[in-house]
Amino acid sequence: MKPVVAIHKFTSCDGCQLAFLNLGETLLELSELIDIVHFAEAGPVDPTAHADIAFIEGSVSTPDELARIQQIRAQTRFLVSVGACATSGGLQALRNGANMEEWIGAVYASPHYIETLDIATPIAEHVKVDLELWGCPVTSRQILAAVRDLLFGVTPAPAQDGVCMECKRQGQICVLVTKGAPCMGPVTRTGCGALCPSFGRDCYACFGPAQTTNCAALARRFEGLGLMPEAIARRFLFINSAAPAFAEAAQAAGGLTKARTPK
Amino acid sequence: MQHPYTPYAAEVVDRIQESRSVFTLRLRFCDPQVQARYRFAPGQFNMVYLYGVGEVAISIVSDPEDEQLLDHTIRAVGRVTRGLAELKPGDRLGIRGPFGRGWPLTAAEGSDVLLVTGGLGCAPLVSVINYIMRRRRRYGRLTVMQGVKHSDDLIFRGRLERWRNVPNTQLILAADQAAPLWPWHVGYVTELLGDIQIAPKHTHAMMCGPEGMMRVVIRELEQRALPDDAMFLSMERNMQCAVGHCGHCQYGGRFVCKDGPVFPYSEVKELFGVKGL
Amino acid sequence: MALADTRFLPRERFQTLLDALIERGFRCVGPQVRDGAVVYDTVTRSSELPVGKHDMQGPGTYRLEDAGHERMFAWANGAQAIKPHLFPAREPLWSAERGGAGSIEFTPHSAAPEAVAFIGVRACDLAAMQIQDHVFLHGPYPDPGYAARSEALFFVAVNCSHPAATCFCAATGDGPAATHGYDLVLSELDNGFVLSAGTEAGNAVMAQLELDATTPAQTQAVVAQGEASISAQTRSLPSRDLRDALFNNLEHPRWDAVAERCLACGNCTMVCPTCFCHAETEEPTLDGHATTHLREWDSCFTTGHSYIHGLQVRADIRTRYRQWLTHKLGSWHDQFGRSGCVGCGRCISWCPVGIDITEEVAAITGD
Repeated sequence: MKPVVAIHKFTSCDGCQLAFLNLGETLLELSELIDIVHFAEAGPVDPTAHADIAFIEGSVSTPDELARIQQIRAQTRFLVSVGACATSGGLQALRNGANMEEWIGAVYASPHYIETLDIATPIAEHVKVDLELWGCPVTSRQILAAVRDLLFGVTPAPAQDGVCMECKRQGQICVLVTKGAPCMGPVTRTGCGALCPSFGRDCYACFGPAQTTNCAALARRFEGLGLMPEAIARRFLFINSAAPAFAEAAQAAGGLTKARTPK
Repeated sequence: MQHPYTPYAAEVVDRIQESRSVFTLRLRFCDPQVQARYRFAPGQFNMVYLYGVGEVAISIVSDPEDEQLLDHTIRAVGRVTRGLAELKPGDRLGIRGPFGRGWPLTAAEGSDVLLVTGGLGCAPLVSVINYIMRRRRRYGRLTVMQGVKHSDDLIFRGRLERWRNVPNTQLILAADQAAPLWPWHVGYVTELLGDIQIAPKHTHAMMCGPEGMMRVVIRELEQRALPDDAMFLSMERNMQCAVGHCGHCQYGGRFVCKDGPVFPYSEVKELFGVKGL
Repeated sequence: MALADTRFLPRERFQTLLDALIERGFRCVGPQVRDGAVVYDTVTRSSELPVGKHDMQGPGTYRLEDAGHERMFAWANGAQAIKPHLFPAREPLWSAERGGAGSIEFTPHSAAPEAVAFIGVRACDLAAMQIQDHVFLHGPYPDPGYAARSEALFFVAVNCSHPAATCFCAATGDGPAATHGYDLVLSELDNGFVLSAGTEAGNAVMAQLELDATTPAQTQAVVAQGEASISAQTRSLPSRDLRDALFNNLEHPRWDAVAERCLACGNCTMVCPTCFCHAETEEPTLDGHATTHLREWDSCFTTGHSYIHGLQVRADIRTRYRQWLTHKLGSWHDQFGRSGCVGCGRCISWCPVGIDITEEVAAITGD
């Protein structure tokens, strides 16, 4: 019997769901192997369906999402959080340090319609997550590898190396060493295929912290390159500001107001 | 010559659940010619390949003279081993081996043999016990000491019972935590080292298990005047190629895969016990 | 023509050397500039070489600049040279297919030997290749892919005339002049190259070029240039076997100090021409009917390198850096009969935070 798969959206830009949609013909091949029962962006809608595998995109940012994630966990065997929002809180966690009422008042004409939590948090903050696929957005390759492993009956292997490993394997030229660019590759999890450095630009850490990081040492290097404390903090906060390793590094750099991080 | 990295297909002939997380796969190569020429020594290991997933290094438990089946006793702990745990008789996998240096069973002939194991450490030594039992008269006193975390983790109970009744053979078991009616010691097996007889000039000690446990055993045996080159330990490190190329299993200047996994203590003494090597 | 003969190749005729090699069926792989660094790739024209370029290297920094001359080899090295060719960063080892009734069919991948002529390789890289030959070929299980790729190579070495500030090959005894392992060796002078052959194959190529003998002045210039490139090296490693000095200092506080700076990013090991660690990975097709077993460069700095059943032997950066250094300069002697360092200095230049192996060694061994 084909495993039943659900793809749920929380607070997010929908970009990670494109990792499925962009598969093209491979999506047809995939649908031979799995039974997608809920994927609102593509068509099927059945949010309360029991699933063998649930992919969760987005962070928990609203009271509704607080309840919904518990429900999904209860109806799911293997839960995968996909993308920066679901794994670290994502871009919207940048608001975690702000005064929510003031911000809502400043942005919306009728603030009383807005129901939001004070902070945006990753899925693992609320329920047990069986696998995290990092990235902003995740790649189709990550999704397919995870599905294939689950079909083989084994736990997918998490990406462990840093971006530099992949960058050097590809024979790319280090932008930090040759151009003094403040590349985040040395502290960033691989999975993107060293995409930015392969186009001559510095990594901006959209795949979150690598398993082993020394952010303090990289921050000191950025200082040596002439970056001001605030610029250093921004390098760490940009996409995955609530990932503990990056949040601590940004605070230590001392450039920005203190961000609230998950417990 | 065989491509050193490519496995041979093998079939699961039988699968035995040894404890909650430990199981034994009994295997036979699909190609009878491969099966016929396959030879190994106790203490050597195979790379066991789960289709589409990857390989793990697993020691061989069966008797080297059993030309029918190749046994691997495995704890389901990582992605590959958990996947292997799902295999059923008739399923296929890949086998590459045997690799490494095994136990000094020829050198130990004529002397007493002390085996100390912890956790699943007993698996690599089970082939030693099998080997000695078949040639019982060539060896002196055999003492088997085995420690487990919980009495429920004890595997090979039937065989242990049989071995216990062989003359000149002593079996000592211990569990850190024990179920009611556990007839053996509760605590570390190393606490019982003081009770056993050791003839320092006529004993080969072989041990396998956590490095911390082996350190305690070595300290005790040193005090009992057992020379460094009469103590043998099976080391464990990450292994991916099994032929000394991939670099993962380095332990000081040695490759555990090809120079070990069994080492005389004298060869590793310099570094043994240093954390992070 | 005897092997020791030297001949002079005028600069404007360098193309004839490439042509001779191409004519003999070699794909020439030589240095060229890409993205601000010297890289090795296929070359057919001498104009593709890094003409007039010079490299400025230091801890964590590499810059190419115009030197205002026409020399092609007036630079020390780029991040890679021969290693990615013989030991590719990613390489399929074998594949497996599911057949009927659950059967598995294994097929080893075979690498076809390709005739490749390396142009402009340095003494340090040839020394490093010999070390990797030892790792992959000299044992009971020679690596078939590496062996195949080693078969049909031709090396045009260049005696290093412009060592970088990060170089210390003179201290390790591996350069700057190439003494063996090449088919042809060049010394570049302002108006051309002094050639000599190291093998009969090299001799044959040299003979085909119909070159004049070198003049005493040219020979003298080569000697002077060689001496200058030794004395230009400012970094150094103790020439003795450092094994005991390192293993007697496993708890030295300097390991903690370097761990404060080290990113554990693995760049030093990726650019090191002797580092050979690799991990095996699996790439199944989506339908699962076939799968490819690959290997790719790994590093003792990665999280997975020391993993065994649920624990990491080296969980922190301190023990990983210590593993790298004690292996490279210490236990390497036990394994391969020499140090694993050829003095190319790449680990210094390409370390994003500029950790200098020579400084760390000096601090730890007290030399």
